Amino acid sequence: MSAAPDRGGAGVGGNASAAPGRGGAGVGSGASAADVVLLGHGGGGRLSHDLVTEHFVAKLGNPALNALTDAAVLGELALTTDSFVVTPRFFAGGDLGRLAVCGTVNDLAMMGAVPLGLAAAFILEEGLPIAELDRLVDSMAAAAREANVAVVTGDTKVVPHGACDGVFVTMSGVGRLTENFRPTPARIAAGDAVLVTGTLADHGIAVLACREGIGLRGDLASDVAPLGGLVALLREAGVSVHAMRDPTRGGVAQSLIELADAAGVRIEIDEATLPVRKAVRAACELLGLDPLYVANEGKALVILPAAEVERALALMRTHPLGRGAARIGRALAGEPGCTLRTLLGTRRTLRMAAGELLPRIC
Amino acid sequence: MPLAWQGRPLTFMEVCGTHTMAVARTGLASLLPATVRLISGPGCPVCVTPVGFIDHALALAALPNVTLTTFGDLMRVPGSTSATSAGAATAFSSTAASASPMAGVPTPTSASWSTGRASLLYAKALGADVRVIYSPREAVAFAAAHPAREVVFLGVGFETTAPAVAAALLAAKQRGLRNFTVLAAHKTIPEAMALLAGASDLAVDGFLCPGHVSIVLGPEAFVPLAERFGRACAIAGFEAEEILRGLASLIAQVGAGKPRVDNCYGGAVRLGGNPRARALLAEVFEPCDSAWRGLGTIAHSGLAIRAAFAALDAAKRFAVALPEPREPAGCRCGEVLRGVLDPRACPLFARACTPDTPVGACMVSSEGSCAARYQYGLEAAS
Amino acid sequence: MCVAVPMRVVSIKGQEAVVSAGGAELTAALDLVENVALGDYVIVHAGYAIQVLTAEEARETLAIFARLEL
Repeated sequence: MSAAPDRGGAGVGGNASAAPGRGGAGVGSGASAADVVLLGHGGGGRLSHDLVTEHFVAKLGNPALNALTDAAVLGELALTTDSFVVTPRFFAGGDLGRLAVCGTVNDLAMMGAVPLGLAAAFILEEGLPIAELDRLVDSMAAAAREANVAVVTGDTKVVPHGACDGVFVTMSGVGRLTENFRPTPARIAAGDAVLVTGTLADHGIAVLACREGIGLRGDLASDVAPLGGLVALLREAGVSVHAMRDPTRGGVAQSLIELADAAGVRIEIDEATLPVRKAVRAACELLGLDPLYVANEGKALVILPAAEVERALALMRTHPLGRGAARIGRALAGEPGCTLRTLLGTRRTLRMAAGELLPRIC
Repeated sequence: MPLAWQGRPLTFMEVCGTHTMAVARTGLASLLPATVRLISGPGCPVCVTPVGFIDHALALAALPNVTLTTFGDLMRVPGSTSATSAGAATAFSSTAASASPMAGVPTPTSASWSTGRASLLYAKALGADVRVIYSPREAVAFAAAHPAREVVFLGVGFETTAPAVAAALLAAKQRGLRNFTVLAAHKTIPEAMALLAGASDLAVDGFLCPGHVSIVLGPEAFVPLAERFGRACAIAGFEAEEILRGLASLIAQVGAGKPRVDNCYGGAVRLGGNPRARALLAEVFEPCDSAWRGLGTIAHSGLAIRAAFAALDAAKRFAVALPEPREPAGCRCGEVLRGVLDPRACPLFARACTPDTPVGACMVSSEGSCAARYQYGLEAAS
Repeated sequence: MCVAVPMRVVSIKGQEAVVSAGGAELTAALDLVENVALGDYVIVHAGYAIQVLTAEEARETLAIFARLEL
């Protein structure tokens, strides 16, 4: 156990066992019970969703924002922003710098946009070793090259010791949309297939394994990667893609619940088809987590007409980031929400996660 | 063998939170015929621990220099005191100011946390040093590394967990640590099962026995349930097929009219259980009467820290003022825990009581029956 | 929550063992068990091994997890 108290949010998904809240548009218990901000508000589940809809969208609302897509569509352009506060800053498979680039370019990619430029704002804690800052920025630069984009502007603030934890980064990105490739949740139709580009839960587990005092080790590494190239394959081949989303905080479950709500369809996924690495599954078992709720940072959900599935899978599997691409479900007409068909063949509704990740004990 | 031979479905009770969650997560109950019912009993140790324990934990968290360590399930359980307790709000803030590594962060001056009740999670949000851990070893290690902090571990759990806490207490004593204590509320499950077996408002034909408690206690612990109370017993593992195997055994036992304890988790559970774990338990803890939410006080069903370890007993070490314990109004956790009320039949379920706005413990414990129902809401749940 | 997967003992140092399942490893205390050997399997709870199984004894449970692809 580290000397610093827990920190929440930051790319680690909700804990299914902590009783997810209700899915479905407009169905909720009303205002969140909290009069103060809780770590759970950054967890990506129910509390986060409520904070965004009730306190941000309610006050700032406009058509682009209300759509709550990965990036806002402004005519020909897509605009997105993300903050990165992950701890530890360096973890197996990546670091805060790489994450800041990939998280933001992936939000653009999910809208079908080609990134034009990134803006990086740093909040640095007094006392942070410059060498550590250099490592992060080097990693950021490498990720930007990999993603074929440049950090064209930025800002730096320094706060006194204790006023932030080391480094906080806000990365904004702008991209250009093409005419005939504009995936958006509203386009999802009953009969569509749901694909995922690779294995679930790699990022969240890698970060959690580094962070907690449980001493969990093994073949665990974050999947953090820029998805623009993989998406380009689909775009350039003219594959008809209805919607995409990168399942970060809250995991695949949160993303599918939100997509289903936005599209007004029922999404059903098969537990037997969910690709999960063996070590990650074991780690989830040990930590008492459901892979469906754990964050991913180098994967996408791709929803498209059933007729396009074979072509899309074949294309994606030619790409290093899409080797493990698999079909995991389908969209159906029905009450909006997400259903899981279990290994036993029974069905249950996936709920949004409540609060923040918590380890459990009997 | 006709299953509904008593004119009602066969009813079996599981008494292990992990079984509760496994059954719900896999939708297993929906595979059972209408003639077999599986209900949840008091298998969630957090749920059966009365509200006063949370109050005690909150009072300790408000003390200067205290680092409160706990398993995650306890974090969101509501205590007795309600939100607009200005004294409590500033108490946590002042703790943070003196102890926090993030000393530069201004502490909230006027903070109320909700229209609900205080919990460890809210205390943490207001600055109390509350940390979630996976093992009591982490708490002992932290205490050794931070001699200026008073480290309190919240000891909740049945016989699977209590030996680990006993081992941690022993290690702390052997290392001569003066800043490690446990607030203990461990309980033992067989006595509660015996109470339920004799209850007149509950017709239970048999018990699915907890797999890992059985590792520690051995199958012998459940023999009285079969021999004295005539209830079928089957010890089962935690995967769907193991639970089904246990249920099949229970059904067969009822059909044959021969209740016994069938160890269906034979790979892991042995005759005699784990003698070393029990020896450590006996060295550190002694049986005591214990209050169970929903079941009342059950003789010899709790574990109290022995006098020899009084210096590591948080209840003896710290004098704190405790509020009058108040169970939440309208909460029917007690009936849920006794197995006589399905969570969905509680008027508060999914309305006033949800995981984000919990009324009772059963909705926020990761092993609570209400949480299981809510989280794993089954399609067309009948 | 009870973690059901038996974990293989890959190294022992004093009262602690490194145990592994499916490529994930963690450290478990051995205070509650006796006669643990490399290659044995343990059931771990709250950071402590609570039961030791031979490979043969663990076989059935391991088979169940293999079917679940763990």
